[in-house]
Amino acid sequence: MLETLMLSRIQFAANISFHILFPTITIALGWILVYFKFRFDSSGNPVWMRAYRFWVKVFALTFALGVVSGITMSFQFGTNWPGFMETVGNIAGPLLGYEVLTAFFLEATFLGIMLFGINRVPSRVHTFAALMVAIGTTISAFWILALNSWMHTPTGFEMRDGVAFPTDWWEIIFNPSFPYRLTHMLIASGLTAAFFVAGLSAYRILKGDTKQAPKVALKTGLVLAAILAPTQAFVGDLHGLNTLEYQPQKIAAIEGIWETEKGAPLLLFALPDRENRENHMAIGIPKLASLILTHDWNGEIKGLNEFVGNHPPVAPLFWGFRLMVGIGLLMIATAWTGVYLMKRRDNLPRWYLRGLVVMTFSGWVATLAGWYVTEIGRQPWLVNGVLKTAEAVTTVPASHVGLSLALYLTVYAVLLWAYIHTLKVMSRRSVEIEEIPSAGGEPKAQNDAIALQTKGANV
Amino acid sequence: MTFNEWLPVIFVGLMGFAVLVYAILDGYDLGVGILLPTAQAEEANRDTMIASIGPFWDANETWLVLAIGLLLIAFPAAHSIILKELYLPVAVMLVGLIMRGVAFDFRAKAAVDHKLAWDRIFKAGSILTALTQGYMLGKYVMGFTPGWASELFAVLSALCVTAAYGFIGSAWLVMKTETQLQKRAVNWTRLAGRISFIGVIAVCIVNPLVNPGVFDRWFDFPLVMFVLLIPALCFLAFLLNDMLLKRLPKAADRHCWVPFAFVVAIFLLCFTGLGFSFFPDIVPGQMTIWEAASATESLRFILVGAVVVIPVILAYTIFSYRVFQGKTTELRYY
Repeated sequence: MLETLMLSRIQFAANISFHILFPTITIALGWILVYFKFRFDSSGNPVWMRAYRFWVKVFALTFALGVVSGITMSFQFGTNWPGFMETVGNIAGPLLGYEVLTAFFLEATFLGIMLFGINRVPSRVHTFAALMVAIGTTISAFWILALNSWMHTPTGFEMRDGVAFPTDWWEIIFNPSFPYRLTHMLIASGLTAAFFVAGLSAYRILKGDTKQAPKVALKTGLVLAAILAPTQAFVGDLHGLNTLEYQPQKIAAIEGIWETEKGAPLLLFALPDRENRENHMAIGIPKLASLILTHDWNGEIKGLNEFVGNHPPVAPLFWGFRLMVGIGLLMIATAWTGVYLMKRRDNLPRWYLRGLVVMTFSGWVATLAGWYVTEIGRQPWLVNGVLKTAEAVTTVPASHVGLSLALYLTVYAVLLWAYIHTLKVMSRRSVEIEEIPSAGGEPKAQNDAIALQTKGANV
Repeated sequence: MTFNEWLPVIFVGLMGFAVLVYAILDGYDLGVGILLPTAQAEEANRDTMIASIGPFWDANETWLVLAIGLLLIAFPAAHSIILKELYLPVAVMLVGLIMRGVAFDFRAKAAVDHKLAWDRIFKAGSILTALTQGYMLGKYVMGFTPGWASELFAVLSALCVTAAYGFIGSAWLVMKTETQLQKRAVNWTRLAGRISFIGVIAVCIVNPLVNPGVFDRWFDFPLVMFVLLIPALCFLAFLLNDMLLKRLPKAADRHCWVPFAFVVAIFLLCFTGLGFSFFPDIVPGQMTIWEAASATESLRFILVGAVVVIPVILAYTIFSYRVFQGKTTELRYY
């Protein structure tokens, strides 16, 4: 029988994993929509408007899932981790409060105008509303990552009677890992949205959609991915160096280095063995880990032997990291191949489009893998060096937590299925909508939503 | 009192404001969900009703996040007690909120033959949310004391809150809809108003009986002359509203907004009464706001932000309501 601690950890992981799927898309998709709308405003070309109209509906659906799963998150601290707020509430509270005040209201209020106000306000005011939504989602990421980074690299506080008190808010917000983590996450969102847009557009084209709008969206997604994917590799490397400085035990676990060594190899494959504190069947490139992390072939990397009893489990970090990097490399290859193919010919070959469809949710997998690495890598601490996870958990009986966990898991499974299924339905439906040329010769801004309208309101 | 001692009072005021705004705003959109007719033939009415709350529900729910956020920020000790006591009802409420939030978006985007199913989920989620919120309010008012009397009161409170949300939701529809739907909304408002009235009376009788402190506070001479204005005004608002509703809709749709204003006034009065019963306790009978308050450094830091940002939030919220003012039209993305 699992105890309250483990159940609460699973529940928090389930809630936040489910939640992060949707903001990861909407943070960047909000900016992509601003781009579409801005291109329409400045050129008057209706193709941009059609691309906007399809994607704003996807955005609305994704945003709604983010909102409802986010409300769940806001209750989790109190219900399952009262020790967290009791110990570091003086710091976590205001950061969360600023997120609500400066981000949540902004995005939620302007969302109404962005989604349904296009005929009620001038086009520029509408574009402004879309911009406010995009800014809101980004500000939200700013505050929540400030808090999360502070949990990894806490600064700007002092402990009095076992409770953290703020001494310098600037140091708290701009703590050492924050700039790297924020950049890394924002680019992750950009890549997730880029492959999401490219993948669904490729799906529409494969289903026989010959209109311009999906092509335009596909191109936007691919170019964005081609720029962001290599940038992410660079930023990720900087983030890793920052982690090496502040959380060396996390890096040791990621690299599977049990004993401190000079000229450590970069392991491509290994089976970490927790019992005997060693790897089996290790295949690696000699000295490469030392070179990457210390920029010296013979640089010394601290091993897990220096953190016995105080370091995270190795296998999930080792594998999670390799999954994330693997997908990142696949993203670079896919995006660059696509940009190369687009330069050579008008229509992308079907084999490539199929590949893009497979990659539609690749950003989700990489983002989740990355978050698991960094969050499991913080264990056994909840706030690094300040508060252990086990000390913060609730005293609610395990049966209650088990019940709520079962409830959430059921709901999330249904919702995830419904979400992906609905995206497919929306994409297929959009294929059948005709673009009717107007008298002016230019294809008229045709209503994507006519098919929806036949059955009443099209929320 | 020094400024530092005032800080918890300011924050409990802010939190009360957030809870009240939440109860009014999400109250009307939950109410619309509670009233949603589920017969196959009513699809057009459902579309209109949902369209009337479409641009707003997201922002409305954010007030709940602000309220729970302020509790967490300003009174972490109370936050821990309250959420631990309410662990299961919170989980059920969240599932209710999730169901209605997503149903709202899925209903129009999913395959057409699933639309009615999503509408039913929307209604069920709204009812579940209202019931659990009322239940939690009841448990809170009873100071989380165990026993059947407290459970019974919580159940009564659950029904009252659901009726109250139906009341404000139907008044919203009287204001935002036309023709046959508006006429039905008028009838719903009268019915929900009467049920709410009985509920408020029941709570007013039971609350001072089971909470001796509350009784002493309300019937403390000479303050009693003044505070009894609250129930008196509340009674008057119910009465006038009922009389007005009998004559609605009027020609040229005059006064269609008045019932909503009355219900807002009733919410305000009831809320003031509740606040008066328990202030300065943040957990009734257990903990005052000063005992539960977090560090003054933190309260000062967030207060600066709140003073600057909340007026801006109110300004763009009003802007959004102005953009969508008038009778509800079909929701379109273009």
